[in-house]
Amino acid sequence: MADSSNELTRPVKRLGDRIFSGTALGAGVLILVTLAGVGLFLTIEGLPGFTADSSATQPADNFVGLAGPLVFGTVLSATLALMLAVPLAVGVALFISHYAPRRLSQGLGYLVDLLAAVPSVVYGLWGIIFLAPKLVPIYRWLENNVGWIPFFSGPTLASGRNMATVAVVLAVMILPIITAICREIFLQTPTLHEEAALALGATRWEMIRMAVFPYGRSGIVSAAMLGLGRALGETLAVTLVLSPAILYSFNFIGAQNPSTIASNIALQFPEASGLEVSVLIATGLVLFLITFVVNFAARAVVNRRSEFSGAN
Amino acid sequence: MTPPTQTLKQRPGADGPRGSGPLNTQDQALHTRTLPRFAPLGLLAAATAVSVGISLALGWNRAAMVVVAAILYLVAINLVSRSVENGRRATDRTVTGLVTIAFLIALLPLTTLLYTVLSNGLGALSGEFFSASMRNIIGEGGGIYHAIWGTLIVTGLATLMSVPIGVFTAIYLVEYGKGALARWITFLVDVMTGIPSIVAGLFAYALFVLFLGPGVRSGFGGAVALSVLMVPVVVRATEEMLKLVPNELREASYALGVPRWRTIVKVVLRTASAGIATGVTLAVARVIGETAPLLVIAGSTDSVNFNPFDGRMATLPVFTFYAYSEPGVPAEFSVERAWGAALVLILIVLVLNLIARLISRAYSPKTGR
Amino acid sequence: MAKSIDVTDLDIYYGDFKAVEDVNVTIPAKQVTAFIGPSGCGKSTFLRALNRMHEVIPGAYVDGKVLVDGQDLYAVEVDPVAVRRQVGMVFQRPNPFPTMSIYENVIAGMRLNNKKMKKSEADDVVESALRAADLWGEVNERLARPGSGLSGGQQQRLCIARAIAVQPQVLLMDEPCSALDPISTSAIEDLIHELKANYTIVIVTHNMQQAARVSDDTAFFNLVGTGKPGRLIEFGETRKIFSNPDEKATEDYISGRFG
Repeated sequence: MADSSNELTRPVKRLGDRIFSGTALGAGVLILVTLAGVGLFLTIEGLPGFTADSSATQPADNFVGLAGPLVFGTVLSATLALMLAVPLAVGVALFISHYAPRRLSQGLGYLVDLLAAVPSVVYGLWGIIFLAPKLVPIYRWLENNVGWIPFFSGPTLASGRNMATVAVVLAVMILPIITAICREIFLQTPTLHEEAALALGATRWEMIRMAVFPYGRSGIVSAAMLGLGRALGETLAVTLVLSPAILYSFNFIGAQNPSTIASNIALQFPEASGLEVSVLIATGLVLFLITFVVNFAARAVVNRRSEFSGAN
Repeated sequence: MTPPTQTLKQRPGADGPRGSGPLNTQDQALHTRTLPRFAPLGLLAAATAVSVGISLALGWNRAAMVVVAAILYLVAINLVSRSVENGRRATDRTVTGLVTIAFLIALLPLTTLLYTVLSNGLGALSGEFFSASMRNIIGEGGGIYHAIWGTLIVTGLATLMSVPIGVFTAIYLVEYGKGALARWITFLVDVMTGIPSIVAGLFAYALFVLFLGPGVRSGFGGAVALSVLMVPVVVRATEEMLKLVPNELREASYALGVPRWRTIVKVVLRTASAGIATGVTLAVARVIGETAPLLVIAGSTDSVNFNPFDGRMATLPVFTFYAYSEPGVPAEFSVERAWGAALVLILIVLVLNLIARLISRAYSPKTGR
Repeated sequence: MAKSIDVTDLDIYYGDFKAVEDVNVTIPAKQVTAFIGPSGCGKSTFLRALNRMHEVIPGAYVDGKVLVDGQDLYAVEVDPVAVRRQVGMVFQRPNPFPTMSIYENVIAGMRLNNKKMKKSEADDVVESALRAADLWGEVNERLARPGSGLSGGQQQRLCIARAIAVQPQVLLMDEPCSALDPISTSAIEDLIHELKANYTIVIVTHNMQQAARVSDDTAFFNLVGTGKPGRLIEFGETRKIFSNPDEKATEDYISGRFG
């Protein structure tokens, strides 16, 4: 070991280090390439679909006639789901972070996380077999009593396969992701702020309004947007639950419901051929762009927040 | 009963008012009227009793009964607290009730879902169900053998592709990446977690069509689609774990004359291995139930197919979907198989989640100091 | 096997910030040299520059020469990894590898570099390193247990055993006792006394008594002013530095501490 004066001398950058760091860099770049590839390949294969004639865009006359109602249905179902899920998720997150006994809160968190692990096809089965029939009496009541509101004009199907049921199923599916993020953010509220509020004589709810919500507001917004992205792209639950059509309608409990992009692809793709495939891929590209924008915006909000709060 | 007192400072997580502290025993100004500790529970019982009474009288079902009881309780606690205590306390108590109800509502889907799947699916499980495919089966009999193999092959291949890419990307981000490129990768990995699963399937289809022509279906394509969904999850989980490895361990290794890459492989990765295993297991659990991408690119078949590079391959989620949505003529057998497959799927996912928690629990204390 | 270290005109930078300026010193072989000085004066930075651990931090670099046995550690063709095999280091907080047993920790330097060793050979290395670190008697019954299960002082001696198992010529210690209780500290100090027979030892310490107890030579570092780089103010025999330093600053610092 001591005869080492020439042992120090080696190539400055080791081969192993170069290969290893190169592989790591390559993996990172591969992710960028993949994301670009998703856009690129969908564009290549979907491009003919944008100009397809009525033979491939049944029941509509052209691509816009098909994609328009699908985008409408997609956005409508996701928005309704979001309206149901966000208040509930904030409540659940608050319960876990500030109301439940400390010892229980982690286990309760796991329980909610389990909801996220259930495969969407199982949600679909549950939605159509269990949930939908349970909701039918409510739809009937709405139809009979407030049917003059366009949202509830009906007629309700006995199976309960309509937009409202889809919204409930989607809300259940995005509940865990919104809850998880809200919970994290609520738990990160600086204890000093909370104690400052309590020291002013605030009740627990006033403390939450004074300290927790202001701190977590942008986090709640971005969690909601991530949930929105999830709901926009959800396929199987919608496919199984919805009785679909290509139309614009705000009637949530009717027999004819606007289908969603993802659900339409899942229904049509296995049987599609030629230009029909291109049309479906083109609608997929539209969905990709919508979710990309939503997620991009959500992450931008999150990142700006972490810069301000000095987290990470 | 302890005399009702109001504590000035109440810890979050503590429920209801505390007993008298040293501050407020003598000072009259701190004495305000407070509901006794049992008040919420008592009101809840009363609300439930009233609701049960109304429901029995009017013939409502259980769901309506519960809803009415909850509303009655919220109104009652608000009014009682408002009259005995004050408006602020009343609001606080009402919100506490609301938040608790929100949590209970969130538990409803999980419990009813598990119940529905168990009660409908248990009857389908049998030796034949696990050992037979659907080849030449019409009506009764048959099973999910082919779909189980398909799911194992497709998910296995997806894991084989995603783990190296995901782990190496995380290594790049934590150990090497500093500049704009690393920031972009971090950001886009986040965005990638939001790609709809059906879009991932279309991507795989569009990619394979370019090389293999229209109408292509293969298990490998399904694996590529699942990888697109799985890689970002693996990256995130690994990144978190690598960041937890104390820098001192890296320095200790460097100081022993160990090159950087060996340090990463043998010290950093090894220290983080349990956490990474947890993350990978959760990622597998997430994609193993994916249906939409496999519907598009892997397709469906009644026979066993062990070759992921050639032809359609059945998988559990897709099997479940078709067994329910296209049941054939005597529908009840197919629908029962759908529930059976759903039960198997949900069991796999639950077991994977359990394994992940066990791994992280068994190894987590060691990495800390 | 121990070598002396000659440092000439050494400046150390973190990016644009110059942390240490213009150090010229010769650290003698088979002696214990202590670095003392106020916090932030650059003594730890300088220590880390002696085995190129400094440049692990992104943007950090040095200007000048560090010669070990006539060989410049910062010459272009020198591999920093090879440097660290010859100039070992012990850190402020004991940092045994948590995934490894006591045995594996000691031979980590070889194992991590995939050096092929016979079992008997590895056993010998482990035993002699643990004996040299005064730890053999305490752990020889439980070599397969995790290193993180030992007490703080034992962990630190394990880290010393790990450092000397690769047979370096120089051993750098960065406040090795600051996280330890007095009894463990005393054990490490005894160990340093024994080790200097075979190794050149450099120790950074905030503890004046410790510097006086263990070292043969002492270097005093100080800041010229806030935001300015640290400098080597005085270097000499410990006895002289502590009783009759040449520089006013040295005397102020030492007497201030001894009060």
